[in-house]
Order: sequence, then structure tokens, then C-alpha cells
Amino acid sequence: MSVAVKIADLHFSYAAQTEGKPLKVFDGLDLTIAAGSFVAVLGHNGCGKSTLAKHLNAILLPEGGSVSVFGMDTKDEALLLNIRRTVGMVFQNPDNQMVANVVEEDVAFAPENLGVPSEEIRQRVDDALKAVGMYEYRKHAPHLLSGGQKQRVAIAGVIAMQPQCIVLDEPTAMLDPHGREEVIRTIERLNKEKGITVVLITHHMTEAIRADRVIVMDEGKILIDGTPKEVFTQVELLRGAGLSVPATTQLLYELNKAGCKLPPDALSTEECAQALYAMLKA
Amino acid sequence: MSAIIEVQNLCHTYSVGTPFEHAAVKHISFSVEKGEFLGLIGHTGSGKSTLIQHLNGLLKPTEGDILLGGESIWKDKETTRAARFRVGLVFQYPEYQLFEETVYKDVAFGPKNMGLKEEEIRDRVLRAIGFVGLDASVLDKSPFDLSGGQKRRVAIAGVIAMEPEIVIFDEPTAGLDPAGCASLLENIRAYQASTQATVIMVSHSMDEVAALADRLLVMNEGSVEMLGTPKEVFSHAERLCEIGLAVPQITSLFLRLRELGIPVDPATYTVADALRQLLLLKGGKADA
Amino acid sequence: MLKDITLGQYFPGDTVIHRLDPRTKLLMVIIYIVALFLCKWFVSYAVALLFLVTAVALSKIRPKALFKGLKPLLIIIIFTAVLNLFYTDGTVLVKFWIFQITREGIINAVFLVLRIMLLVMGTFLLTYTTSPIALTDGLESLLSPLKKLHFPVHELAMMMSIALRFIPTLIEETDKIISAQKARGADFETGNIFRRAKALIPILVPLFVSAFRRADELATAMECRCYHGGKGRTKLKQLRYRRRDVLTLLLGAALLSGVIVMRHFGL
Repeated sequence: MSVAVKIADLHFSYAAQTEGKPLKVFDGLDLTIAAGSFVAVLGHNGCGKSTLAKHLNAILLPEGGSVSVFGMDTKDEALLLNIRRTVGMVFQNPDNQMVANVVEEDVAFAPENLGVPSEEIRQRVDDALKAVGMYEYRKHAPHLLSGGQKQRVAIAGVIAMQPQCIVLDEPTAMLDPHGREEVIRTIERLNKEKGITVVLITHHMTEAIRADRVIVMDEGKILIDGTPKEVFTQVELLRGAGLSVPATTQLLYELNKAGCKLPPDALSTEECAQALYAMLKA
Repeated sequence: MSAIIEVQNLCHTYSVGTPFEHAAVKHISFSVEKGEFLGLIGHTGSGKSTLIQHLNGLLKPTEGDILLGGESIWKDKETTRAARFRVGLVFQYPEYQLFEETVYKDVAFGPKNMGLKEEEIRDRVLRAIGFVGLDASVLDKSPFDLSGGQKRRVAIAGVIAMEPEIVIFDEPTAGLDPAGCASLLENIRAYQASTQATVIMVSHSMDEVAALADRLLVMNEGSVEMLGTPKEVFSHAERLCEIGLAVPQITSLFLRLRELGIPVDPATYTVADALRQLLLLKGGKADA
Repeated sequence: MLKDITLGQYFPGDTVIHRLDPRTKLLMVIIYIVALFLCKWFVSYAVALLFLVTAVALSKIRPKALFKGLKPLLIIIIFTAVLNLFYTDGTVLVKFWIFQITREGIINAVFLVLRIMLLVMGTFLLTYTTSPIALTDGLESLLSPLKKLHFPVHELAMMMSIALRFIPTLIEETDKIISAQKARGADFETGNIFRRAKALIPILVPLFVSAFRRADELATAMECRCYHGGKGRTKLKQLRYRRRDVLTLLLGAALLSGVIVMRHFGL
């Protein structure tokens, strides 16, 4: 399997603001992400998740060590545009990443910057809007859309670059449950159908469960790394990192502590119900 | 107990007489008891925000009335202004309203507008900052130098410092990480326990409100869909799903268990309660 | 309360006027304004009026909407008309105290009012029938020769379109901040002018802070989407002059030369 992201011995700190020492974020971080995978990155605020994200498309550059995406070293300035078009980025606040006041013009922004010919831009914009299910809204003004719709337009704006990887930095933090579901479903579809590598940074356990791989970060280090089932059964460790576990997982954990023998990795409601049913009928 | 706030046949229509006219709130009536913790749920556009802005007189009803302590808040100008102080409203993302040079000055803004004396203001600021779980050492800092979570706490303190009889929180935990959510909710709970204030909390998260609220008010398309204890409300789980609201995860688990033929109470919504029921069932089996 | 302000004032439609290239419309408005200033007598004003009426009719914009745009200018129009009415020398018709009304004064006042009204309505027709984006694109394209003189044409156009994008967002935000401060007992309605100005601080500071934050985030987002200035940029919608644009511009040339000829004959 080919490698999408390879981070080796990453060191990074933010320059001191007014007084005091510079803020150290990474002190030797190693991470490899396989192309085509769906990775969720979890961690409390200030654990370095967003800083990590910004290293993936050369918004921030490593102080020590290296970050390479699809074989391109992010420090190589000649590759900058290539890196940014290969690794797209979606941010938390959908309002602050839209440039134009018509949906299709906004989606066209990146291909316009890349100097794509007009006819091809048209094609890419239409395809991108269809991929996120916002084609009917192409003539709308962004400020009249719902949060979930805006965020889908932002995703379309990235897809129009035809990236191989999309990094989403808490894309659902400002959305209601309905909008959240819209966005996550869109991301899942892009991953499964188009094979785009997805790095999803989130607080929501219910979203992380849908990834192939979950990475829990704490103080700039990787605390747990594994499949959702492997990660969410480590209830104590997660709590220690300021994270919560889904209520069903917590219930299974408590039941097991009380002497029941239940599979701790029954993550979905259905799996959990079946496990409980099996226990009670036995 | 007596009703502290009564909403009587409240209607609010935006942009009357233009093509954009739409009724956000339609004929709502309910009352909130003194000292109660009311959870307010509904999806985006269900009229929640419009409703809460009526409770402190920010919006004027198109029809109907709001009674505060038995008296209409629209009786005269003074009563309306007094209602602003008696009903504290913490907006969504309240950190975006901070403006003063120091945390102290910002928190003191409300009490100052009330025309209180300097010593009284100082007392209130100190109390409020304690309630939101901040240390008095932040008072001299600029609010803009604080972390996101701290800023939100300062903004909440700014409303609490007016010592309102009713505090309304509009999604106080939006955008916070799980640990931040949990500690802020605990602060809100402790605040209510110690001041006996009436609290109304708007939230998208059923789990969040279910754990704290005495009663839940469910809004749908500008009307009251349900009003009752969390248990009563979650016993209508199917209806909640129909109007696009997610029930707590434990509730949907128990609904499914019931479908599978296990005699559990589908209106269960906390892990602790679920644990108790399941252990009882299992224990019962072992005895038999 | 702020939501009631109409912005951009673009009335979408699909008429010949709407479909014209924005550059054509911009050029036509310039030609039209120049022509208005060259008008000397009723005949040429009538021609300009006919020109405007035809354009309005073709655009299917309700004349009421155009007159509405005149309302805020009413005071200025009346003021200049009165000034011209009383302070033009010539054949005196009426005289009382220090005021005198002359034949020339009346004519001047009428012409002036006509000129302002025609001018304003003409430019409004442009903004009513052209989307802000098309307008910005048109301006950028028309001004592009200035790039050779290192005039930042692309940057200005980009700034304009971002401003247009964020105006509704910031208005909504202002509304929210006002409500939030009112909920803390802020009073914007009473007191003298100084008190009222001071009362704006709790609104303006958060608004500026938020605008800077948005600008910062937007800049990063734009960088992430490969923005690197105007060099090598293409456009989704390429502006192209069509036959109707050529015909319209010819019509404009005819109007201008017509007015010049009429001016020569004192019409």
C-alpha cells in the first residue's frame, strides 16, 4: 500500500507571544498514514491536532525532522502549489473559508488559482458540487445556506482541486447534529468511492468510530493508535486524555467491571444491543 | 413552587409585510417554575433562539405576552429594562462579545449598567468569576489573551454577575472539547444548586440536557412539541426521531433491547440507570 | 433591524440587459453619463431619456424600484434646484426682497434636476441588472491595461469581491453582538451624542476583533486553496463580447455623437 503522509521525528514550537518561552508542540513525532485510508485524530483542545493538520499542506513547516506527503517534502518551496493541491484542507468555521458570494464561484476559486482552463473548471465545479450533493444550490449565496450545507460547499471547493488527500480540522464543531451527519456522510462517501485519503480531526467519538483508524493525541504525542475497536475499549486511558467514550461503550465497561463478560468492543448501538441480548438470554 | 415566568400564547413573525415574512414562533404557552432547570431542545430553525430572546424582552412578541413574576415585561419601559437584568441571557459563542481591556471590567459591564455601587460590583464580579471556575488572578488580564474555553467562562460570568433570577444558556458547550463540556456543565449545575436560580438551557445534545434538566421542552416548527420530565419525553422516542432529533444513545439502545424482547424501560437515558436495570435483570436471572 | 437593509440591490433576471457583458454595461453607463453632461437643450435630454426608458423597459425592472433609489437623494436634488433657481442671472421674471427668479434660473434648475435623475437612475439600472461578481469581473477586465503601470487591479477586484461576500456575514454578526450587549443592559438609545458614541464601543470592539479573526482564517483558507495572487489565474466565467455587446456599444457611440451634434446646433 502506498503512503500518503510520512512524518519523521517532527519538532515544532510556536514563537513566544509577548513574554515567556516558546510553546513547544511536537518533540519528535512519527506518523505514517496509508493512502486511501480514513484516519480520525482525537484529543483535547491544545493537544497539537490542528498544528499537525497545518503541517500536512505546508501552512506550517517543521523545525526539525520532516513531513512528506505523497513523496513530496513540504520544505521544498518549488513543490508548494503541488502539495497544496494534493492535500486539501477544510476548517472549522465554514463562513471564514468562503471567498465568493455565489456557491459555484466559490468552488471555482482553487482551480482558477491553479490556472485550469475555463471549460475544465466548469466541469470540475459541477462534479465537485455533485459529489457533495450541493449541485442544486450552485447559484445560491453562501450566507443563506445552513451550516452543514456551507461546510459541504467548502469540501466541494477542495475537491475541485482533485486532491488525493483531504484534511478536515474539526469540520463539525459548529454544526448541529443534522449538519454533522451530512458532513460525515459526505466525507465517508469521498473516501469509499473516490479513494481520497481522509484525515478527520474531531472531538466527537461518534464520528471517530466511523474511521478505519483512530489516533489519540495528548501533549503532542500519540497516545493510542489503532482501529476504533482497539481504541475505544481503553476507557481509562481516554478519560485520562480528557476524552469521553460513547455511552454504550461506557455501559459495557461498567458492566464488565461489575463481573459481566461482554465484548468491550461492541461499538455501535446494534452490536451493543445484540451483546446484551446474548448475555441476558444465556 | 410557583411559576416565575409565564409564556402566554406567544407568536413572533419576522419581516411582516415583506416576501420574507415567516412565523418563527406560533402560539406558544408554558411556564417555568422557580428554581427549575429546564432543557430546551429542537433542531436548527425550530424557533428556540426566537423564543429565548422574548424571555428577556430583546424581541417584542407579535402576539401574546411574557409574564415575569406575574407581571407583563412589556407593561412599561422600566419593566422591560428591568427584565433584561432579571433574566440573564448567555448567547451562543458568548466569547465573541468580550470588549473590555481587562476581565474585571468586562464582567463588571452588566452590573455597572444596573447602576450598582462600586463595592457591590466588586463583590459580584468576584462571586461570578468563582462560579464559572476561574481564578481571581485572571481579573487583571486582557480577556483576549485567554484560551477559548476561559474566554467563554468570562463571558458567562458577565451575565451571572448581574445575579439574574433566571439564566438562559444558548448552547453553552458548543465547540468545546469533551473535558471542557463536562467541567462547564458541572459549573452550571453547581451554580444553580448554590443560588437556587432558575436555569433554561438550550442544547443540541440530548445526553447533555437529559442529565441536568428537571423538565425538557421540545420545540418543532415554532410550536411546543413536548414538555415534561426527561423520562416522559424520552418515552416518546419514536416521535423525537420523526422530528429529526436524536435520542440519547442509551435510550436508543434500550429501545432496541425492548424490540428484542427484553423487559427494560425504554425511557432510560443515563448510564447509571441503565447499569442498574441490566444488573437487576441479570441478577434476577441468576436467582431463578 | 440591520437585516432590513438591502445590499447589492441586484435583481436577478434573464433579459437582454442582464445578459450583456458587464464591461459593455459599464462602458455604456460611462458613455451615457458623458452624454448627459453634454446635453444642452430639451431635445438632447429627450433623447437621453428615451435611451434610458428603452433600457429600463428591456430590463423588465419596475420603474418604481428606480424611483425608490432616488429617494435618499431628494434633499440634494431640491437643494441644488433651489440654488440654481434663485442664483442664476438673466431675464428677471419674479423679484421679492433679495430673491429673484429668472427665466434662465428655471431652465437651469429643470435641466439640473433632469440630469441628476437620469444619471442616478442610469447607474442604478446597472447595479440592478448586474451581479456584484460580474461587476467586479468587468471592472477588473476594463482596468487590466493599468496592470502594466503596476496598478494593483487584481488585488482591488479581489478585495471588492471579498468585501461583498462578507458584508452579510458581518451585518448578521453585528446584530448578534448588539443583542448580546443589550442583554447585559447596554443602552444605545438614551443620552447625548457623546454617551451614544461611547455606547458603541461594546459593539465595535468585538466586531473588529471578529473581523480580524475572520480575515486571518480566510487568508489561511485561501492559501490552502492555492491562492498566490493574480498571476496565471483563470476564470470560471470568461468574459466574452458577443454580437449584442457590439451592437449596444455602437448604439452608445451613436448616442454620444448625436448629442455632440445636437449640442453644436444648440438643441
